[in-house]
Amino acid sequence: MRRTLFESLTHAPLTEPAPAPDEAALAELAQSVNRTARAKLGRSLSIRQIDAGSCNGCELEIHALNNAFYDLERFGLHFVASPRHADVLLVTGPVTKNMREALLRTYNATPDPKWVVAVGDCAFNGGIFGGSYAVAGGVGGVIPVDLHIRGCPPTPTELLKGLIALLDRANEVAVRRA
Amino acid sequence: MSAMARTPVTEQGWNEAIERLAGGRATLLGLWGDGDDVTMALLDGKGVTLLSNRCPNREYPSVGAQHPPAIRLERAIRDLHGLDAAGAPDRRPWLDHGVWHGGAPTPYAFLAAEGEGLHQIPVGPVHAGIIEPGHFRFTANGEHVVRLEERLGYVHKGIERLMQGVSFDAAVKLAARTSGDSTVAYSYAFALAAEAALQAVAPPRAAYLRALMAELERLANHFGDIGAICNDAAFALMHAQTAILRERVLRAAHTCFGHRLMMDLIVPGGVVRDIAKDGADTLRALLAEARKRFPRLVELYDNTASLQDRTVTTGVVRSDFVRQFGAGGYVGRASGRDFDARRNLAYAPYDALKFDVPVLEAGDVNARVWIRIREVEQSLSLIEQILDRLPGGPIAAAIDGKGAPCEGFAVAEAFRGDVLVWLRLDSGGRVARCHLRDASWFQWPLLEAAIEDNIVADFPLCNKSFNCSYSGHDL
Repeated sequence: MRRTLFESLTHAPLTEPAPAPDEAALAELAQSVNRTARAKLGRSLSIRQIDAGSCNGCELEIHALNNAFYDLERFGLHFVASPRHADVLLVTGPVTKNMREALLRTYNATPDPKWVVAVGDCAFNGGIFGGSYAVAGGVGGVIPVDLHIRGCPPTPTELLKGLIALLDRANEVAVRRA
Repeated sequence: MSAMARTPVTEQGWNEAIERLAGGRATLLGLWGDGDDVTMALLDGKGVTLLSNRCPNREYPSVGAQHPPAIRLERAIRDLHGLDAAGAPDRRPWLDHGVWHGGAPTPYAFLAAEGEGLHQIPVGPVHAGIIEPGHFRFTANGEHVVRLEERLGYVHKGIERLMQGVSFDAAVKLAARTSGDSTVAYSYAFALAAEAALQAVAPPRAAYLRALMAELERLANHFGDIGAICNDAAFALMHAQTAILRERVLRAAHTCFGHRLMMDLIVPGGVVRDIAKDGADTLRALLAEARKRFPRLVELYDNTASLQDRTVTTGVVRSDFVRQFGAGGYVGRASGRDFDARRNLAYAPYDALKFDVPVLEAGDVNARVWIRIREVEQSLSLIEQILDRLPGGPIAAAIDGKGAPCEGFAVAEAFRGDVLVWLRLDSGGRVARCHLRDASWFQWPLLEAAIEDNIVADFPLCNKSFNCSYSGHDL
């Protein structure tokens, strides 16, 4: 264990500011998220993820946001275990009829102000599961959605992009309310 | 894999099959409904047999009455097809929560546990982490779990119904989204079943590329799981390190095939995309990196006493249970069930590749971690073999679905166990009926047994060591 720990002290971090073509967007996003988050929400934004019927693909990529390459927490964005602690609900999946009630209760348990981000093509409009007897449809049909992040599943970079859009929007709302 | 016909059986033949299952002379591989037919897939020393029982009066003799692994499958068949298992021990709905046609959810009668000082802990369907939804009802005495009962079905999307009457293109997309972590395995099994039905064969290069994707998927999931299990024992360092390895695999997959999870790449007839020009080099670099980093993490796992204290002897699954339930994947192999579809029901190109199937006897969380560790090593070797021997030629064969109605069946080994796909095509080449059976069907019930007499705080550890699929199970 000591060797692994020491190595992470002496080696450059994996976390990417990397300006290589594909990673440029990520580095740029990193700065942008940081600025907006700090200005409008102090230093932190708590996210509660809810799988309302997803195939689990979106969850895998949301998980990846926590790894050393994307390191979401450096922006003050972090996942929390309870909707009571959340500012943002990150909802995946077509909403199945069997999960509709649980999603509504989770939404109601989240204190205001709150934002809902629907992640993935299924969360947008039900995706390829739309029209099924067991599916209620996109997230927007059940609770109000502030932002959609499309993709099947969206990559961690696309998820980061979406979070910026959300912060900008939260910003607008805050300005309007003031 | 096989265009084997279903063998029609009378009620007597059906009952004889149930006796074979109950007597341990065969393993139940699947049980599904289709119109008036109920079909069971049996595995024994000679291979797989499909037995079909026609029941125009919508009733068939319950398999679950004598062979418990069938109970949830029978409940699902009743929910989805209205075919009733006569004499079934558990008649509660399973996937149907009472809301598909409007109305409020039906209350669910959980099984009772009696005794002094017992209390219940309801958990879910919304869990604390970034995971799929399901409900766990614990009955505990202080910290000790007396009974766990699962209630699933929350992510039921009606996948099998959506597949009815659609083309291959639409159906294979649905198959690929049955369980996102096993998207390759599901498309693989679907493609093999479709090819079996049409007696088509994917070209050799496609077969090797499929296996390459499947091993990358296995690698990514095992890396993720090993870290996540340690994380549930509060050993975050391992989680951080394996998450790096997992990310490297996903990035390599993206470089090779243009999608991190390799979705929608395997189709009936072959694959839709060849490996990128720099793919082989990327993968060789990945292998070198994994071989450098991973052994050190294994050593770390093995030498950390506080971690071993949590995983050794925790959540033991009895070997007679895994045999009875035909539990696949690391759940079965950690408890002595020596089965891997890549070897036991070998399909191309695994019949030409060299690999070991690790098996342990202890059946605890630790054993399930070690099976994954050994399988990571095997997958690394398989990827190397595939790169060394990747044949040239086309990556897909033309598939013409039009012709006489036909049926196909296949089993492919996903990272968590065997995925079964059975399908029936109509004369227009459309899917008339497709059944997908995740390995989780025969693993979820064993989690209930594994947690007994463990403490509540060890449940996340046990659960993660199983890592059953909710979506793959709920369909």
